[in-house]
Amino acid sequence: MVLPKEKVTVDAVIVSQQELYDQVFQLVVKAPEVAKLAEAGQFVQLRILNSSCLLRRPVGIAAADKEKGTVAFIYRVVGKGTKAISELEAGDTINVLGPLGHGFDTTAEKPLIVGGGMGLSPVLFYAAATQGKADVLMGGKTCGELFWQDLFAGKVQDIFCTTDDGSLGTKGFTTTLLPELLQKKDYDLVVACGPEIMMKGIAKIAKEHGVRCQVSLEKRMGCGLGACLSCSIDTVGGERKKVCKDGPVFAAEEVFV
Amino acid sequence: MSQVTQEKDAKLHTDLAGIAMNTPVLTASGTFGFGEEFADFVDLARLGGVMVKGTTLRPRRGNDGVRITESPMGMMNCIGLENPGVEVFLKDTLPRIGQYGMNVIVNISGSTVEEYGVLAEMLDVEGVAAIELNVSCPNVKEGGIVFGTDPKAAATVVREAKKHTKKPVILKLSPNVTDIVTMAKACEDAGADILSLINTLMGMEIDIHTQRPTLGNITGGLSGPCIKPVALRMVWQVAQAVKVPIIGMGGISCWEDAVEFFLAGASAVAVGTANFADPAVTMKICDGLSDYLADRGLENIQDIVGKVQIG
Repeated sequence: MVLPKEKVTVDAVIVSQQELYDQVFQLVVKAPEVAKLAEAGQFVQLRILNSSCLLRRPVGIAAADKEKGTVAFIYRVVGKGTKAISELEAGDTINVLGPLGHGFDTTAEKPLIVGGGMGLSPVLFYAAATQGKADVLMGGKTCGELFWQDLFAGKVQDIFCTTDDGSLGTKGFTTTLLPELLQKKDYDLVVACGPEIMMKGIAKIAKEHGVRCQVSLEKRMGCGLGACLSCSIDTVGGERKKVCKDGPVFAAEEVFV
Repeated sequence: MSQVTQEKDAKLHTDLAGIAMNTPVLTASGTFGFGEEFADFVDLARLGGVMVKGTTLRPRRGNDGVRITESPMGMMNCIGLENPGVEVFLKDTLPRIGQYGMNVIVNISGSTVEEYGVLAEMLDVEGVAAIELNVSCPNVKEGGIVFGTDPKAAATVVREAKKHTKKPVILKLSPNVTDIVTMAKACEDAGADILSLINTLMGMEIDIHTQRPTLGNITGGLSGPCIKPVALRMVWQVAQAVKVPIIGMGGISCWEDAVEFFLAGASAVAVGTANFADPAVTMKICDGLSDYLADRGLENIQDIVGKVQIG
């Protein structure tokens, strides 16, 4: 058994909280211990202090600045926990447990990032970690949802967009444009994060084109440490794995048929 | 453990049915894995013991669908006893976790009475401090809760386990009964060395948008601070009726909660759901307990067991 990497729990002061888009927030906290250890694709468990939320909330790491000692998260308000997090302000404290799980392979020569919705958050960290080597293909319902372009600018070479309504880039889904990109360019890795149905489609296309693919899964979690078994998934090999400890990043062929 | 911690913990040393514990603070089965998952945060040897994830004769995949949901001051789970089976536990897990020097208490579940005997015998090995009989898992179809709600069936399970092991046998009581005292007495009479209580309360949540139950197993086990008053009441009632020691659990999330359980009659406590919110909570509880004793000029934690003043 591979034990999770070193992790800490720290009370972190909030540096900033900003609404990037409708109900989508960027939270930056001062947590040098976490920033130092964080790898692209890992996540943290946030504990909202003095609130009625008993359980922590798992959130992907969008950026880690080792020099400033800050860690950023981008999240959408979807329930009671994320609502409570969004109401915190600069100067408030939140408890951070992490970094948790295993991240993406950052040794690829020419990776293609594919992301949809909040799935673009952990791969934003990946874009920074691969130092401009990657391209990104992002999908959203409308052009407004692709505010992510500004965040990726400067961290990647090319940005490709798809929207359901055709208001920006190619009309359709990321899976609409992916075959063309894989044919045209010489990618050696696809890293995908987004809705499961999207990642399944991406993984299938990558496989057809003989390109290795990693996906980042999302599941409800209790502990985040591999102990409570809330986030069990089925693997292709029939073995149960834990998203928190064995993932959240998996080889696509390990989790999708 | 540091010198200072050792000196502070002297007041917390506890002997429970022959199990020597550095502190009377344990971790509840299913909330703490095999202990090693928390090694970054907890001095595992400082715990009274780790009640490891429920183990069965054969591997179990557990339930499908959503397994956890938050409720007001609590949570519900329906893991369904996912575990690799006793053989893998003995071959891989037990040798691996031996390095931490903690009391390993193995929580076992059988689908028949005989299976409890087989499991107890297989686990009668070095490195196992005690066996905890799980007769109250609300999340599996066979066995489980059936043995936990019928005093005769629970007593049969205790006798079967006792016949097959020299280790202390702990019986974990379910709160999902009309009279927990009857259950407790039946298990004590059958030879249980220790009683642990309470397991989770059966609960349910419905998603009003899909109009379907949130949990994959429809119902789940409710735990966390919301069940603490129920657990405390049951510990108090059972403590009046039995002589064997009690490990109290149910919603304990700070040292003050733990003190309440000792006063109600528990000789040790186990922490469950609170480990998810704060992985180091057990260490804080140990610190708080020893300070409480020092403040009151008491020599040992056992001096407050059952000392709630009534009338």
